[in-house]
Amino acid sequence: MEIITEEEVRHVARLARLALSEEEVKKFQRQLEKILEYVAKLRELNLEGVEPTTHVIPVVNRLREDRGKESLSKEEALSNAPNTEKGHFRVPKVIE
Amino acid sequence: MDFEVMIGVEVHAQLLTKTKIFCGCSTNFGRNPNTQVCPICLGMPGVLPVLNQEAVELAIRAALALHCKILRRERFARKGYFYPDLPKGYQISQYEEPFAAEGILSFERNGNCKTIRIKRMNLEEDAGKLIHEEDRGSLVDFNRCGVPLLEIATEPDLTSPKDTHTFLAELRQILQYLEVSSGDMEKGHLRCEPNISLKKPGQSEWGTRTELKNLNSLKGVEKGLLFEIRRQKRLLESGQPIRQETLLWDEKREIALPMRVKEEAGDYRYFPEPDLVPLVIDEEWIERVKRSLPELPDDRKKRFVETYKIREQDAQTLTLTRRLADYFEEVVKIHSDFTLAANWIITEVLGILHEKNLSIGDLSVTPARLAGLFHLIQDETISKKMAKEIFVKMVESGKQADEIVRVQGGQIRDEAEVERIIEEVLKGNSEEKVRYQSGEVKLMGYFIGQVMKRTDGKANPRMVNEILRKMLEGNPQKSGVQKK
Ligand SMILES: [Zn+2]
Repeated sequence: MEIITEEEVRHVARLARLALSEEEVKKFQRQLEKILEYVAKLRELNLEGVEPTTHVIPVVNRLREDRGKESLSKEEALSNAPNTEKGHFRVPKVIE
Repeated sequence: MDFEVMIGVEVHAQLLTKTKIFCGCSTNFGRNPNTQVCPICLGMPGVLPVLNQEAVELAIRAALALHCKILRRERFARKGYFYPDLPKGYQISQYEEPFAAEGILSFERNGNCKTIRIKRMNLEEDAGKLIHEEDRGSLVDFNRCGVPLLEIATEPDLTSPKDTHTFLAELRQILQYLEVSSGDMEKGHLRCEPNISLKKPGQSEWGTRTELKNLNSLKGVEKGLLFEIRRQKRLLESGQPIRQETLLWDEKREIALPMRVKEEAGDYRYFPEPDLVPLVIDEEWIERVKRSLPELPDDRKKRFVETYKIREQDAQTLTLTRRLADYFEEVVKIHSDFTLAANWIITEVLGILHEKNLSIGDLSVTPARLAGLFHLIQDETISKKMAKEIFVKMVESGKQADEIVRVQGGQIRDEAEVERIIEEVLKGNSEEKVRYQSGEVKLMGYFIGQVMKRTDGKANPRMVNEILRKMLEGNPQKSGVQKK
C-alpha cells in the first residue's frame, strides 16, 4: 500500500501553491514515501509518556514589555513592494 | 412550523495593549496605512517574534472572569493559508490545546437566567486590512497585522437571536469592565461570528450548520441571525439541502450572501510554532492577576451573603449580571432592609422584566425610586400588597411611588376613620354580628373582607383586626392601636 498517493501529493502542492508537472508528481510521491517511511520508524519505539518535542532548548517565557518601538517609515515599509498605491501595497484581485 | 434554533458564537476581541502581540508597533486605530509596521509584523525573512506580556495578562484576566481553566503550559501554532492580508503566509495562533477552556458566562434576560458554556479561548494575531477595488485588485494596509486578539468560542447553547444579543452585550461588558478590550464593534475591536443550525421539533438530528460573518453591531448580529434562521427554515420546509458555508452579512441591504469559496479552506496544516518557546503560566502569576481584578461576580455573591445577610441562592440570582447586582446595591445604599430589597428585586423586578420583555437597564424605576417605594412600606403608608400594584404602575407610568400614592391614596391608618368604616359594616351585617357574638368566631374573616372591600384593600389589616375585635367583643385583644 502506498503511504502517500499521487492525489495527496497534488493536494499538498496545491496548498503550497506549487505547480507540479505529472512527472514531478510521480517523483515527489516516491521521495515523500521514502521520507514518511523513515519517520514511521518511530512507531517501532515505545513512546509512552514522552512529550512531543516542539523545541529542543529548555527555555520558556521569553516575553517583552508592552512598550512601543519605532516602526518603519511608510516609504521603507513599501520599498520592496512591486506595486503600491496611496500608501498601500497593491496586490492582484483576490475575490471574484 | 416552529423550529428549534441552536446558536454558538466565536468572538474575536482585540486586546487593549499599547503594542502588537509580537513586535513593538503601535496598535492605534485609524492611522495612515502602513505607518505602524516593522520587519516582524510584515513577515520579513529572518525576524523573530517575541510575545507581549501584557497580552498574556489580559487573556488571563478574561479567562478568570469567564471561569475558564487556564492551560499551564501554552504553545503556539502556525495556521497556514495564503491570503494577501497575511504577509507570513501563516497566522500565529493556538491549536491543539487552547489558552483556556471550559468556562461559563451567565446572563439574565426577561427575568430568566441562562448559562452559556465557553468552549475555549485562544491568543492569536490579527491579519491586515484589505480594500477590494472593482477589477483593479486590492490594497493592503498592515497596521492591524499582528494586533493581539483573544478568540472566544462558546458551545452552541444559545437558542435565539435575542439571547445571542444579550450574551454578547454581557460578554462585551465584562471585557470592558476588566479593561481587556474596548469592545468597540464598529471599529472591529470586537467581532462576532455566530453559527446556526435548526431542527424540526421532535427530530433528533440538527440541520447543517452555517456561519455568519461581517456583523458590525449587536443589532446587526440579531438581524443577521433572524435573516439566516428564516432562510434555513425556508430551505428545510421545501426539502432543500442547506450547504455548510459562511455567509457575509450586508448591513445596508439586510441580507446575508454566501462568501466566495476559499479554495481548500479549512486545510490549515497547523504545526507548532518553532519561533516561540512555550509559555508557562504558574499559580503565582494567576494569583497576581486575580488580585488586580475588580470584584468578580462570584466574589460579589459571597460578599452579598456576608454583608447583607441574604440567602446564598438570592445572592446568586442578584449577581448573575453586574447590572442587576449594581441595581441591588444602589437600592440598599438608600434603604437598609436588605431582605426586603433582595426579595423584591428577585420576585417583582425580575417578574415584571420577564413579563414586559425588558432588561434591567430599560427599567424606568431607578434604584432610588424603588427605595422610595420601600420607605412607604416601612412607614406603613402602604401595605406590601399595595406596593406590588403601585410598583406595576410605576413601571407603566414612569411616575414615582409617592406621586401615585398621593393620587390613589395610601393605606388608611386613621383610627377614627377605620372605626367609622367598621361601624358601617357591622350596622349592615347585624345578623352576622349576633352570630359572631354567640360564638361563631370564624365570621371574623367575613368582617375583615367586608372592610377591605369598602376600602379597596387600603385599610391597615392589623388595625382592622384589632378594632373589629374590640368592637365585637367589647374589649381589645391587645394593648391598643399605635397612633402615628
Ligand atoms: Zn511590527
